Amino acid sequence: MKSLADLQALREKLKADIKLRRNEGTIVIVGMGTCGIAAGAREVMSAILDELAVRKLVDVQVRQTGCIGMCEKEVLVDVIRPNEPRITYGKVKPEDIKKIIAEHVVNGRIVEELVVGKIEQN
Amino acid sequence: MRELSLHILDLAQNSIGAGAHNVTIVIDEDEAGFFTFSIKDDGCGMSEDMIRQVRDPFVTTRKTRKVGMGIPFIDMVSQQCGGRLEIKSVEDEGTLLKAYFEKDNIDRPPLGDIVESIKVLLAGAPWLDVIFTYKNKTKEFTFDTQEVREVLGDAADFTNPEVYSWVEGYLRQNIALVQDKEER
Repeated sequence: MKSLADLQALREKLKADIKLRRNEGTIVIVGMGTCGIAAGAREVMSAILDELAVRKLVDVQVRQTGCIGMCEKEVLVDVIRPNEPRITYGKVKPEDIKKIIAEHVVNGRIVEELVVGKIEQN
Repeated sequence: MRELSLHILDLAQNSIGAGAHNVTIVIDEDEAGFFTFSIKDDGCGMSEDMIRQVRDPFVTTRKTRKVGMGIPFIDMVSQQCGGRLEIKSVEDEGTLLKAYFEKDNIDRPPLGDIVESIKVLLAGAPWLDVIFTYKNKTKEFTFDTQEVREVLGDAADFTNPEVYSWVEGYLRQNIALVQDKEER
């Protein structure tokens, strides 16, 4: 049974993690407008959260955004690695997440077949 | 949407957009023959004009498109299930939405995976304080993010895998203790 007491035991580790998570790590953004949610954004975001937990990728930040006007391409997932272009993936399914995280987030290799956009960062 | 839990997540996104810090979500399996859920926030609220128009899909505050589907959608679904959507809102104070569905209506979508909705909501908006209650006629369970913050203090980070994984496990086991097997 999980209880609030489990959290007590995690406290010191979580405090140490906070410093790691402030560093300039990779950011993953999921479109969570009505269009995104209807297309499966919750399941995609949950798959991302689960994969980060399994791989213990503590320095990756997951964020959400609203509708950006490309509703027909939802679920949209952006990956921004430090000092690299912002890559937007479209029509992402939960089963694509292991690949996006292993290839792009961890190893820096863009998953070309799912890309719908690329924005150069300054 | 396939699940009421997806509507709940979608409507909670409106609360986030309204600048809310506190969101209270209550799901009741049987409120006098109705399955109900409510979402109350302390966001910016709506003007009386906006409350009158908000069920119309061609009225929206968004800037990327001229349609807003979230509220019209749940308004329609609740009516199709012999229920209704109540909207109470006061500008600068907050908004309360409550959706009613006939409990045994054949068209009522399943609740679905409410735990996944809460987990994703908290990980995506970790500054929110959420009070979540799941109840029926005999039992009730409440989860309050303040309880987590009291234990963890400044280490309470809902974006940390250890924390959201704990939240998921804790909610799953406690909701299972309350939930009627026909709702699963």
